[in-house]
Amino acid sequence: MGNPAQIALDSARLRAEFPILAAPRPDGGALHYLDSAATSQKPQRVLDAMDAYYREANANVHRGVYHLAAEATDRFEAGRDAAARLVNHPREGTVFTKNATEAINLVAWAWGARELTAGDEVVVTMMEHHSNTVPWQLVAAMTGAVVRFCPVTPEGDIDMDALRGMIGPRTRMVAVVHVSNTLGTINPVGEIVAMAHAEGSLTLVDATQSVPHMPVDAASIGSDFIVFTGHKMCGPTGIGVLAAAPGHLRAMEPFLGGGEMISDVTTDGSTWNDIPWKFEAGTPPIAEAVGLGEAVRFLEDVGPDRIRAHEQEIARVMLDALDEVPGLTLYGPRDPQRRGASFSFALDGVHPHDIGQFLDSRGVCVRAGHHCTKPLMRALGVQSTARASAYLYTTADDVIALRDALVECRQWFGAA
Amino acid sequence: MGGLDDLYQQLILDHYRNRRGRGRLEGASASVHENNPVCGDECFLDILVEDGRLADIRADGDGCSISQAAASMLTEAARGRDLDDALALVEHFRLVMHGDAEPEEDLLGDAVALEGVARYPVRVKCALLSWLALRDCIAEYRETTAMGG
Repeated sequence: MGNPAQIALDSARLRAEFPILAAPRPDGGALHYLDSAATSQKPQRVLDAMDAYYREANANVHRGVYHLAAEATDRFEAGRDAAARLVNHPREGTVFTKNATEAINLVAWAWGARELTAGDEVVVTMMEHHSNTVPWQLVAAMTGAVVRFCPVTPEGDIDMDALRGMIGPRTRMVAVVHVSNTLGTINPVGEIVAMAHAEGSLTLVDATQSVPHMPVDAASIGSDFIVFTGHKMCGPTGIGVLAAAPGHLRAMEPFLGGGEMISDVTTDGSTWNDIPWKFEAGTPPIAEAVGLGEAVRFLEDVGPDRIRAHEQEIARVMLDALDEVPGLTLYGPRDPQRRGASFSFALDGVHPHDIGQFLDSRGVCVRAGHHCTKPLMRALGVQSTARASAYLYTTADDVIALRDALVECRQWFGAA
Repeated sequence: MGGLDDLYQQLILDHYRNRRGRGRLEGASASVHENNPVCGDECFLDILVEDGRLADIRADGDGCSISQAAASMLTEAARGRDLDDALALVEHFRLVMHGDAEPEEDLLGDAVALEGVARYPVRVKCALLSWLALRDCIAEYRETTAMGG
């Protein structure tokens, strides 16, 4: 096992800021929450910010002339400033959505459904989350465009040679995940964006599993569209972000219509509000934007580079620990430098559902299933995997508890 | 760790490790293929109907211990029953899984050991996969024979 003393963050101290992790469990044991790739836990200060918003400043945003409405608007827009700042992106190109899935759907419908024509190609990879394949399939079915899937190597990387061969004159969009939620692979998105742009294609980067865990610089990635979600980065559910090139947002027609997104409405038609509000129809998730803003300030206080260093150390501990479990097969890269915080694995003779159930009895929370990556599951030749995923509050103790429970689990189910 | 023992009774682990009625049936009267979208588990179910009875039944596919043991127990509990009896058996098991009936051991046989699954809502679908597949398979059989005759 690695030496816990080498870990870059004082996770034990950080855990105290998360009420769920600090609360005693009914059986007196510790909670080993290893499902942060599904959703992160929330620190008290995020809960407080949202609570304070409702107690002190609740009003609808943007339209009111009274003081309270101005205060609500300030707190809401401060959330946008924080989200934009975290990824080094202009605020006018930072659109709030319901989640990352809706952000991708926004691009697929507001851009793809209008711009794609028969024979155009959208290139995705075999390791995309369903949120970055299904919207494109829907739009392709309507426009006659084709969705092409770039294969993944046995090591769990995008097959870059295949991708190079796939991106050509017919390619209109290359949509790729930054860090795989299933394999943990960190993909070379800057290189892929450059490759796509050289062929005149637009790009979308799904940064859902990278923004919470490492420094992400939208300007240096250079993608036309980047999406991420609040609830995986210590913020609340119900809010996601589309970071888009402002020029695209100005050129695109709206996605959803309604209040807030208009400039003028007549019986003959309507004109649109300035960006980013043009893409935010209806009353937005105000408290959620406030919570996201506080989550960003929390991450900035901890330091995205330090979170990354911590998770690399956790990855080293995790890879060693999983090696000690008989009959375990890990999917995805083995090099901590090249992987994020998700670890998918199979245990010989034990179904992932049974692993998940058994581990729960030991206070260890992992996910079992296809992780919304069914094309990848088929490529790996499995129906499902078990997945442990770490975050800034994960400690070596959590990893050791996982290892010990896995060894016990295999004995329990009588695997040879 | 009473909870875990309650869910995974020895009888379940025994059926999981030594599946009964596993495989496919040559010349089946009806077949269905169903899956659980939550976990991707799948079940192939074949029945052979002779004189209105389930002369044979086989279940195949991959899944967790609960789904595999439930399929194994189903083949034992359903084999030899006439079709209406088999449907009543499935309905009883379904009610037990949803906590709406007390399990009758005479009817369920070893499947009575699955009683504890009712307290784990996420796993109820695992247990029901093959049993509801039998219900669909009998409906499929009746539909095709009605059309044929």
